[in-house]
Amino acid sequence: MLEANGLACERGDVRLFSSLEFALEGGELLRVAGPNGSGKTSLLRLVAGLSRPAAGTIRWRGEDIRVLREAYARELLFIGHANAVKDEFNAEENLVVALALADRQVAPAARAEALERLGLAERARLPVRFLSQGQKRRVALARLCLAADAPLWILDEPFAALDARALGTVTELIDAHLERGGAVILTSHQEVSIRARTLHAIALGT
Amino acid sequence: MFDGVRFAVARDLRLSFRRRGDVLNYVVFFVIVVTLFPLGVGADPNLLRSMAAGIVWVAALLAAMLSLQRLFASDYADGTLEQMMISAQPLGAIVVGKVVSHWLVSGLPLTLLAPVMGLQFDLTQEAIAVLTVSLLIGTPVLSLIGGVGAALTLGVRGGGVLLALLVLPLYVPVLIFGAGAAAQVLIGMSAAPHLSLLGAFLAISLAVAPWATCAALRVAYD
Repeated sequence: MLEANGLACERGDVRLFSSLEFALEGGELLRVAGPNGSGKTSLLRLVAGLSRPAAGTIRWRGEDIRVLREAYARELLFIGHANAVKDEFNAEENLVVALALADRQVAPAARAEALERLGLAERARLPVRFLSQGQKRRVALARLCLAADAPLWILDEPFAALDARALGTVTELIDAHLERGGAVILTSHQEVSIRARTLHAIALGT
Repeated sequence: MFDGVRFAVARDLRLSFRRRGDVLNYVVFFVIVVTLFPLGVGADPNLLRSMAAGIVWVAALLAAMLSLQRLFASDYADGTLEQMMISAQPLGAIVVGKVVSHWLVSGLPLTLLAPVMGLQFDLTQEAIAVLTVSLLIGTPVLSLIGGVGAALTLGVRGGGVLLALLVLPLYVPVLIFGAGAAAQVLIGMSAAPHLSLLGAFLAISLAVAPWATCAALRVAYD
């Protein structure tokens, strides 16, 4: 499904990595590891189509993602370092905005269930500025419950700031997605057990 | 395409409503600046009448500029803009929606207040009407051009001053013909040429500004 050829990335004058190649099929997980500043987030942003690689191409089902643009975005779920959650909105409203951006129609009941699953049911109507860091992260991650039809998930540090229970939920969601035949790319400093058929690993900065 | 515009307008309006203090600040700023001039210049009706349109327009420019910084900055800071860049909705539609909602909470209130401001300066009814129409056509141009400036200065330290330096020169033609329209009426001439030119500016910036804003946003992320 996803194929990267000769990828290179530069930040300022520093070349973070070059001639990076990988291919990812449905049901496969790619874990990007490496020390701070080794270019994990930069790689994820390249694959999401947010920034342009210094060299190389990324192809989705054989076509360049920079040509596909919205058609690629439709098949993608990207949860970045920033939560993309508005302090003035409550959890539910934030979810509605995220779904509208992804152009997905979801019934209100399904939204409530997603928030419930991430343990936010009681705080769904509270402006997000009153929530803790971990809870804000969970609002962002609630999108995982509603993105079954997006074949590619790109998750930047999905487990950061989560408690044990939420960590379990997110792991389950990723497992379920892989079982459905979806592909997942993630970065994580923690070791987590995910039952992927095939697990690829890229170690940057080594 | 229209879904994207409608979504972005609705979202930004709702956000502005939650932050209504901010919106009110710009409107109050506009009223205060306009009100300061008669106090500073003195109460000569002829002088005030001839200056009125210029003062209202300059105050509108400054108020629009102050509010521009908010157009993309908070979405940039919390990562929402990143999601918009890789959204299933076309980026152009989202940009147009954001600019429209910016105008609805900045340009439109100023336009509606303009008749009251005109009374302060003892303008004739006809001049007040022309001033209001000129603001109605001109303030969307301010939002459109301002969007390009706001996108170009994203993530730049001290972006506020840079934004002013980028955008104010581009506002000059709008200011000249906007303020000129009401002045024409005062000397007994027709305001139509000025208003037509303002309309032309609006048409051009409608065609070019959203496209330029998208390009600037892509540069900010590349």
